[in-house]
Amino acid sequence: MAENDFDYSALEKRLGVSRRTFLKFCTGVAASLGLGTSAAYAMAEAVADKKRRPPVIWLHGQECTGPTEALLRSEQPSLEHLILDLISLDYHQTLDAGAGHHVEEIKRHVMQENKGKYLLVVEGAIPLAQNGIFCKIGGQTMTDATAEAAEHAAAIVAYGSCASWGGVQAAAPNPTGAVGAPQFLKDKTVVTIPGCPPNPANFIGTVLFFVTYGKLPPIDEQGRPKWAYGRLIHENCYRRPHFDAGRFATEFGDEGHRKGWCLYKLGCKGPETYNNCASLEFNNIGGGVWPIGVGHPCFGCSEQGTGFHKALFSLSDVDTHTPPNAFPTIEDREGTSSATVTTAALAGAAVGAALGASAVAGSKLGKKETDQE
Amino acid sequence: MSHYQPLERRIVTMPFLFLGVVALIGLYYLAERFFFGMGSVTNLNGGYPWGIWVVYDIVVGTALACGGYALAVTVYVFNKGQYHPLVRPALLASLLGYALGGIGAFIDMGRWWQFYNIFLPWQMNFNSVMLEVGLCVAAYIMVLMIEFMPTVLEKFKAEKLLKMLNKVLFFVIALGVLLPTMHQSSLGTMLVAMGWKIHPLWQTLHLQPLLAVLTAFTMGFAIVVFEGSLSSVGFRRRPETHLLSGLGRFIVGLISIYLVIRFGEILINGKFGLIFAGDLASLMFIIETALFVYPLVVLLSPRARENGRLLLWAAVAMLFAGSLYRFNAFLITYDPGPGYSYFPAMPEIMVTVGLVAIEIMIFLFVVKKFPVLPREEHGSAKAA
Repeated sequence: MAENDFDYSALEKRLGVSRRTFLKFCTGVAASLGLGTSAAYAMAEAVADKKRRPPVIWLHGQECTGPTEALLRSEQPSLEHLILDLISLDYHQTLDAGAGHHVEEIKRHVMQENKGKYLLVVEGAIPLAQNGIFCKIGGQTMTDATAEAAEHAAAIVAYGSCASWGGVQAAAPNPTGAVGAPQFLKDKTVVTIPGCPPNPANFIGTVLFFVTYGKLPPIDEQGRPKWAYGRLIHENCYRRPHFDAGRFATEFGDEGHRKGWCLYKLGCKGPETYNNCASLEFNNIGGGVWPIGVGHPCFGCSEQGTGFHKALFSLSDVDTHTPPNAFPTIEDREGTSSATVTTAALAGAAVGAALGASAVAGSKLGKKETDQE
Repeated sequence: MSHYQPLERRIVTMPFLFLGVVALIGLYYLAERFFFGMGSVTNLNGGYPWGIWVVYDIVVGTALACGGYALAVTVYVFNKGQYHPLVRPALLASLLGYALGGIGAFIDMGRWWQFYNIFLPWQMNFNSVMLEVGLCVAAYIMVLMIEFMPTVLEKFKAEKLLKMLNKVLFFVIALGVLLPTMHQSSLGTMLVAMGWKIHPLWQTLHLQPLLAVLTAFTMGFAIVVFEGSLSSVGFRRRPETHLLSGLGRFIVGLISIYLVIRFGEILINGKFGLIFAGDLASLMFIIETALFVYPLVVLLSPRARENGRLLLWAAVAMLFAGSLYRFNAFLITYDPGPGYSYFPAMPEIMVTVGLVAIEIMIFLFVVKKFPVLPREEHGSAKAA
């Protein structure tokens, strides 16, 4: 097989990982993208080829550095080596060894040198209120920095919920006017990897695809790669059978919660949130490490209009994937009753009495006034 | 000599007896609520912890009781003394309305025996908008009582006390203007706290307090017109239309400001399409807006303002508009999540109706026994 002839020894040395571990990683990424073995080899070769490493400019706006932290702590033991070698990270405010105006100089230099070739990663929201004075780096506002870097970028990735749609900064009343990169860079294609924190696997997969094929993976109307954000968490949730069968935890620590039943009634936003947490989980350590896996309802962190928007324990809307007709409905609420004939009549009578009194008084007033004249 | 006089008429009349029966029914269910708990008389549930006891008795009820507030601002802040004859009945209605609000909050409290904790400084949560409303309303009820005190003192001819009170009354009146401005806007802020559960057409995170205080103010003027018209008909007195029509002008101004802000917010935030969405919310919004526009159109014409019947109808439309605005936001389009619904239970409605009946009975009693309504010659002298 031609793929197997590729010499990985240089790579093994460079990254400090065995060929086997490296190929396993590439196959895993390709599989989660829905691609076959040949794609895995293509990716492996792309990574191995030092010349294909794109320079990366990484900007931080309003955020907690969560996406970067998640990436640094991601799965395989030496992934930080891999990600730093897979791309040429030329400018990253939290990871740069240097600091100050010197680093800013390097950023401008790199952008000048690699016009139209570099990858721009935006992490954090961009405040627009009062000309963007709420976020400045080296005296430059985030709006200016983003516009400048986006000008000649080969591709733009918004990493994390803040960069994708504003995140917690954009939560009402949004005093700084924070928006995500796609809302700021309206005339550019921005790939978004929302999540708080986002799953590093989704970022790596997207970047690997870009490095390998020189283009971006298919994305939806919100810029999210379809392979990662194509399905609701609810669709692939391992607690879904409990939902369908009407077995719900109603309180933390109750029988249903201890037995691992569905968390919908505790406010799980799985039915509203598009993400692949349910199938990928976090940090590749197994054991159900993701919010629902550890017994907490999904917060909807990656979904605009849900995360940081809806209250934590409020019920989510289930528009798709409702339980079958023969199964118990999920919409039964204790103590809910609608209007009866008596109550409706009574309420009507109360309003009617007020209107009637006014009508009588009105006509009498009219009469009195005509009498006066 | 006072410009006010008691009506001195028979207390027990047919309407009074009818109201008494309604009140007894309400009190019966109220007793049931205290013996068997809220679940036995209300339809409240996990999604709707607030029913009509909060939304009508407190949110709408105190707005309907803003007559004293609106007139206090007009007479004492803008120094329009000619409206002074309307002040006492308005204050009485405000006092009763706010007392209803206070009682409403109390009976709607699950653990009502804990209510005194709101007055203990070490128990206070200063980040809570509910605390602001609770303390402010309680303080305002006290203020209204003091503001109304001259009427009582006149009745019992306590001249000395009256003189002393009149010396400090300006301070109390200032509080009577300040406090409602605070809590009527805070009642709007409560919608901010409810976030996404409020329909977008009613949710505006920056303007909620302003819209609440504006509509409360307008409703205050409207209730003075309403109450003035009804008492002139009910007690067969000379109509006070000449005075009330002046208030109509204020209502026009306030509704215009309100509508500009309301629609401006909807347009700027791109929610205009929701008005024509064809669902319940859009229907309710259109009805509500029509109720706001009707008094505006009617009262714009000076001739209609001088017509007691049209003026009353405009005031009634305004009262319904302001009430529907609150009902829409707090209950009708409120969405606590799939599966929840609420319509008040029969006992729940009867408690509210019974309390309102008691309110009207007390009003009737007080105007007949205490110097609340202006002397008739006083009113007609102005008219001439």
